[in-house]
Amino acid sequence: MHHLERPKVTVGFIPLIDCAPVLFAEVLGLYERHGLDVELRREVSWSNIRDKVALGLLDAAHMLSPMPLATTLGIDSVNVPMIAAMTLHLNGNSITLSNALWREIEETAPDLVGDGLAANGPLDARALAAAIARRRELGKPVVTLASVFTFSSHNHLLRLWLASGGIDPDRDVRLTVVPPPHMVAHLSGGTIDGYCVGEPWNQQSATLGIGRIAATSRQIWDSMPEKVLGTTEAWAQRNPKTLIALVKAIVEAGAWLDEPANRPEAARVLASPRYLNVPAEVIARSLSLPDFHVFHRQLANFPWRSHADWYLAQMVRWGQVAQRDDLRAVADRVFRSDIYRAAASELGLPCPLSDRKVEGAHSDPWILPTNGAPVAMGPDRFLDGSVFDPKSDNKTSTTFKQQESNHGD
Amino acid sequence: MTKPLSVLLIDDNPARAEIVQAGLRDAGYVLLERLDGTYDLSARVGALKPDIIVVSIDSPSRDAIEDLRRTTERQPRPIALFADRSDPATIAAAMEAGVSAYVVKGLAKDRVQPVVDVAVAHFNRYHAMREELDRARLSLVERKTVDRAKGLLMEQKGIGEDAAYKLLRKLAMEQNKRIGEVAQDILTYAKALKP
Repeated sequence: MHHLERPKVTVGFIPLIDCAPVLFAEVLGLYERHGLDVELRREVSWSNIRDKVALGLLDAAHMLSPMPLATTLGIDSVNVPMIAAMTLHLNGNSITLSNALWREIEETAPDLVGDGLAANGPLDARALAAAIARRRELGKPVVTLASVFTFSSHNHLLRLWLASGGIDPDRDVRLTVVPPPHMVAHLSGGTIDGYCVGEPWNQQSATLGIGRIAATSRQIWDSMPEKVLGTTEAWAQRNPKTLIALVKAIVEAGAWLDEPANRPEAARVLASPRYLNVPAEVIARSLSLPDFHVFHRQLANFPWRSHADWYLAQMVRWGQVAQRDDLRAVADRVFRSDIYRAAASELGLPCPLSDRKVEGAHSDPWILPTNGAPVAMGPDRFLDGSVFDPKSDNKTSTTFKQQESNHGD
Repeated sequence: MTKPLSVLLIDDNPARAEIVQAGLRDAGYVLLERLDGTYDLSARVGALKPDIIVVSIDSPSRDAIEDLRRTTERQPRPIALFADRSDPATIAAAMEAGVSAYVVKGLAKDRVQPVVDVAVAHFNRYHAMREELDRARLSLVERKTVDRAKGLLMEQKGIGEDAAYKLLRKLAMEQNKRIGEVAQDILTYAKALKP
């Protein structure tokens, strides 16, 4: 066993299905096996996760993928360089709309809704555009949609879906933020008309008959990177061996979670009041959807710098950060594939030959060559069929106006 | 005489909010309203236009308040009080007391700090009172169980009595159990694990 700089580590998490690798590394005794004494701390907001990591009240945390990018860029409340040492989970998000909004959509755009939608989706966002226009005519309140945090994949996925229907997210709807555990209550109470959130909160609304799923992250950007293991750049510098041990334990927990035979137990543990406090059947249903919760397969834990490139491009597109020349360097600085590679090599796991890949080029499963055996990868298609090539300059192809003109009205 | 600052308090714990509210009022601030996570916070903040928003750290609503910075049209635009401060110890102390705060742009820093100080002091006062109440509420039997579990923790973890009690309380809060139940769990496990 290597000597660890700091075997006692506190790790924060937000109760969601995708925090499972961080929890199960504890449940399965993997932290201990890698010489770590980890204290898990449940947090109630992403702001708390960010602030406590920044202040050193937490050593590392389950984080939204764009969070360490935003804090490093200094565009969030906290201006502290942070890093992502690994990806924790792919997919797992959906957009849910209230029953009332669905009825409006069906009335205004019956031809766009179609019969087969419930099974296959996604809902054509132009149908929502029609309902929004109708509300405007009638002088009714603007459609309000929630995501979970300003700098989150949920915000970006929601915007991408809206834009695909010619809806300007900053003008045609009101976007707001609601904490994940409050989403269902806000939808049922009518303070919001829909939301984009991780599981189990879409399944929960569907199960309770409060709302219906309009689109899943698989349909908007398949195999998208949802959460990362984040810490500050300074902590990573001070504790390199500890961080690698942490990554190794969590990678092994992810591999365990990806075994179908282990999923019922995962659902049982996650269901407890200590974590999600949601019936195990609801969690199990979400965990059983094909490739909807990927914890390890398909090189899921590799923090692709092209994923960081894509999030940065979204931040530019939606005005969260001004276009600047060093964004590629920011992606390199924050998404630390070098740390993951070190951990993977100690575990004997394969890694890709490059830190970036073209995103959106695969509609079907494909094979990626690695430094070991080739790995079966999931599709990575975008809703609009676009291709994001980190080698080229994507900025002109992603403005809202261009999307709008593609779709006409 | 400048206009007294108006404060919006967001706290999901009514008993604590009561105490913090009284403290802020005594210090001469105007309390606009107390909200919890069930409200449409962005709409309420827009309507009330507070000078300062004090949000408890254990309220998930912080993320909603932070998002208000994003919009240019809507006023006010709250910014995290701690965002541009260079004193991590003060920030850490406030966070440990359970306080975060947001101010409207343009408000001078020296007018804000006293509000946070009052809030921090009353959050701490509430937690101290709560701890005392917890201790008093324990039945005689439970108190014995808690004392034994405390002793075990002190011995096993090499910590002081206060730290052992705090650990029990933390476990109880995390698991939604009473402190006596958690103490009993610990004693049961310890017995089972005895070689």
